Amino acid sequence: MAEQNKTPTTGHEWDGVTELNTPLPKWWAYVFWATILWAIGYWVVYPAWPSLSGYTKGVIGYSSHADYEDKAAAAAQARRVWTDRIDALTVDAVVADSELLQYAAAGGRSVFAENCAPCHGAGGQGAAGYPILADDDWLWGGTAADIYQTVQYGVRSEHDGARLSEMPKFGADGLLDEAAIADAAEYVLSLSNRSEDAAATGRGQTIFAENCAVCHGDAGQGIKEFGAPRLTDDIWLHGGERNDIVAQITNPRQGVMPAWSGRLGDTGIKMVSIYVHSLGGGQ
Amino acid sequence: MTDTAAGPPRAVVAAADRSEPLYASHVKVYTQRVAGRFRQIKWMALVVLLGLYYLAPWLRWDRGAGAPDQALLIDMPGRRAYFFWIEIWPQEVYYLTGLLILAAFGLFLATSLAGRVWCGFTCPQTVWTDLFMLVERLIEGDRNQRLRLDHAGFSLAKAARKLAKHVAWVAIAAATGGAWILYFADAPTVLTEIFTARASATVYGFIGLFTATTYLLAGWAREQVCIYMCPWPRFQAAMFDEHSLLVTYEAWRGEPRGHRKAGQSYDDRGHCIDCGLCVRVCPTGVDIRLGQQLACIGCALCVDACNGVMAKVGLPGGLIAYDSLARQTARSRGQSVRYRLLRGRTIAYAALLVVVGAVMLAALATRSTLDLNVLPDRAPLFVRLSDGDIRNAYTLKIINKSRETRHYRLTADGIADAGLSVLGVEPGPDGAIELTVEGDSVGTFRAFLRAERKALAGESTPVTMALTEIDSGQSTQHETFFSGPKR
Repeated sequence: MAEQNKTPTTGHEWDGVTELNTPLPKWWAYVFWATILWAIGYWVVYPAWPSLSGYTKGVIGYSSHADYEDKAAAAAQARRVWTDRIDALTVDAVVADSELLQYAAAGGRSVFAENCAPCHGAGGQGAAGYPILADDDWLWGGTAADIYQTVQYGVRSEHDGARLSEMPKFGADGLLDEAAIADAAEYVLSLSNRSEDAAATGRGQTIFAENCAVCHGDAGQGIKEFGAPRLTDDIWLHGGERNDIVAQITNPRQGVMPAWSGRLGDTGIKMVSIYVHSLGGGQ
Repeated sequence: MTDTAAGPPRAVVAAADRSEPLYASHVKVYTQRVAGRFRQIKWMALVVLLGLYYLAPWLRWDRGAGAPDQALLIDMPGRRAYFFWIEIWPQEVYYLTGLLILAAFGLFLATSLAGRVWCGFTCPQTVWTDLFMLVERLIEGDRNQRLRLDHAGFSLAKAARKLAKHVAWVAIAAATGGAWILYFADAPTVLTEIFTARASATVYGFIGLFTATTYLLAGWAREQVCIYMCPWPRFQAAMFDEHSLLVTYEAWRGEPRGHRKAGQSYDDRGHCIDCGLCVRVCPTGVDIRLGQQLACIGCALCVDACNGVMAKVGLPGGLIAYDSLARQTARSRGQSVRYRLLRGRTIAYAALLVVVGAVMLAALATRSTLDLNVLPDRAPLFVRLSDGDIRNAYTLKIINKSRETRHYRLTADGIADAGLSVLGVEPGPDGAIELTVEGDSVGTFRAFLRAERKALAGESTPVTMALTEIDSGQSTQHETFFSGPKR
C-alpha cells in the first residue's frame, strides 16, 4: 500500500519492509533547537537545578515562596479594613453590627476549624468530656462576652484569669456513701424526667438539697459563676447513663480548656467567640 | 503488490536513496492572481468574517446604569459573559459547552456535504493568510514580479518594498491582537488606554502575543500550518464519503495531458493542456491533478483557474470541479449519477444539530433570575436543646440575577409548629423572615429550624424551604430535610 516510488526510502530494508523518508521541514528542526536554547536561558534566569544542599537561584532572584509571602501580606493588609473595625469594638458591639457579624463569624469559622475542632468537633458538636458548643446549654454563660472570656483564659488552665471550679469528690473523699450517691443520682435523673424509682428520688432530694444545691442551684438549674452545669435538660458532659452520673458524683472529672490569649491574637479570639455565639445557642 | 508499470523496482530505489536528507528546505509558494466564482466567494467570506471580528466589539447594548453597555463582552474579573440580552454566570458555562457541540456538529455536517469548505473559506488561518497574500501582491506585485524581486540582488527599492510589506503585516497583526482584547474589556475605554499607554501589562502582553502569532503564522508559516501543524486535515479524509462534494480533477477527460499547438486536434490526448495554472494559483502549492491529498484545502481557486483557461481554448469547463467521487467514477464510465446530499450521515448530523440547538434554546428560555440553594449542616446533623426540642442549621445561598436589590420572604414547610430563624435577621411583627439580597450577587444566610421531638417523622423529615419576592411574587423553593435522633 505504501509503496510510492516517488517518495524516497531511508535505504534500509528488513525482511522486505522498507521505511519511507518523507523529509520533515527544516523549520521544524530549527524550532526544536530553539526550544532547547530557550530551556537553557530559562535555567539561567529562573531557579532551576538542585545542588547538594540548595539550588541555583536564577539571575532575577524569583522565588515562588517569596511570591506567596508577598501575596499573603497583601491579603492581610486588605483584611485590615475589617479587622481594624473589629479590634475597635467590644464583642457585644460586633454582634450588634450585622455587617461585621457576618465577617467575624466567617473569620471565626476558620480559626475554629484549626484550633477548636480537635476537641469540640467540626461543627461544635462536642464529644465525651468536651462540651457541645452548638446547643443552648452553657457551663460558663453563653453571651458573647462570656464566651470571649472563656476562650481567652480557659477553664482550669494555668492562666491567672482562668475560670475555676471544683466539684468535691463525694465518693473518693468519703463525703457520701454509695447508697447516698445512688439516691442522689436517682434524684438528678428525675430532674430530667428519667427517674424509675420514686422512693430513691425522694431520699435523693434531701441529699441534693444539703450537698448539691449550693452550687447547682435549688432546682438544679445550674449557676454559671460556679461553672456548675444545669441538671434539668438531659444534656450531659460526662455521660447521662445512671452509672455515668454515679461515677461523676463519686470521683468527678474536671475538664481543662487551654487559655488562648497569647496563642491567638485578640482579633482571632473575638472572631471565634462570635462564631461560637452564632452557632445557634448564643444568648 | 509491485506496480511494474509505475517506476523502477524496489531494490534499485532502496540502494539509490541511502543518502537522502531527513530534512527538506522550505519551497516558497508564489501564488498567482486568479478571478472567478470561487475567488469571489472567498473574498466575500473574508470581508464578512473579518468585518464581524473587528467590528462586533463596537456594538452597544443598554443594560441599565452600572452595567457594561457592550453587546459582546466576556468580563473576566466580574465573572460574567454578555451576549446582547443574555447574561451568563460562571455556573452556566455549560452554554459554552453547548455552543462548542453545535459548532462541532455543524462542522461535521458541512464537511460531509461539501468537503473542506471550512479549510478553504472560513478557517482563520486561511482568511488571514489570504489577507496577507493580498497585501503582498499589492506591494510587491503578482507572481512573476515577486519571483523577479526575490531573485534580484539587494537594492534600496527592494528593501523599501520588503519593509513596507512587513510593516503592513505587523500593523494588521497588531490590529488583530487589539481586536481580541476588545472582546474582554469595554472597547472605547480600553482602546483609549492602549494608545495612551495606560493599559495593563496583561493587555499589552496579549496584544504582543497575538501580533507575534498572526505575523508568524499568516506571514511566514502559511501553508506549513495546514500541512504540519493543524490536526484537522489529518482526519478530514475520514469525514467525507463518496458523495461529499470535493475539488476533483477529471483524469479520464484530462489525461494524457500535454502542451498543444493551435489547431492540433484532441484525438488520442486529453483536454488538459498542461498550462500549470492550477498549480500556480494554489495557496498550498499542490497539483490537484495528482488527486485528493492532505495539503489541498478545498479553496477551489484551481477550479476558477482551469475554467478560465478552458473558456479561452473553447473546451467545456469543469475539468477541475466541485464534484463527488461517486459521480466522478460513474461519469468516467460514461454513466450519470445524481448528487446525494440527503443521506444517512448528513441527516443524522442535521438532526443532532437541531436537537442540541433546541435543548439549548429551551434552557435559555426557562432561565430564572432567582435561585435558592439550601445546604444542611452535617456536623452536627442536629442539636438537642435544653427544652428537649431538636434544632437543625442550614446555609442558604440566594442567587439574585436581576440588577436590583430584592427582598424575599423565607418560609419552611413540612414540620408542624417549627420555628424558623435566620442569624442576624430580626423577624417582622408577624414573625415573617425577610431577607435582602443585592442585585447581581449571591446572598449567604444561616438559618435555624427548631421542632418538637414528637413532630418529627424519625431520623429524617422532608422539609421545603420557599422564597417569595415581596414585590413581584416571584418564588422558588428548595427541598431539604430535617435530621433528628432515632425514635
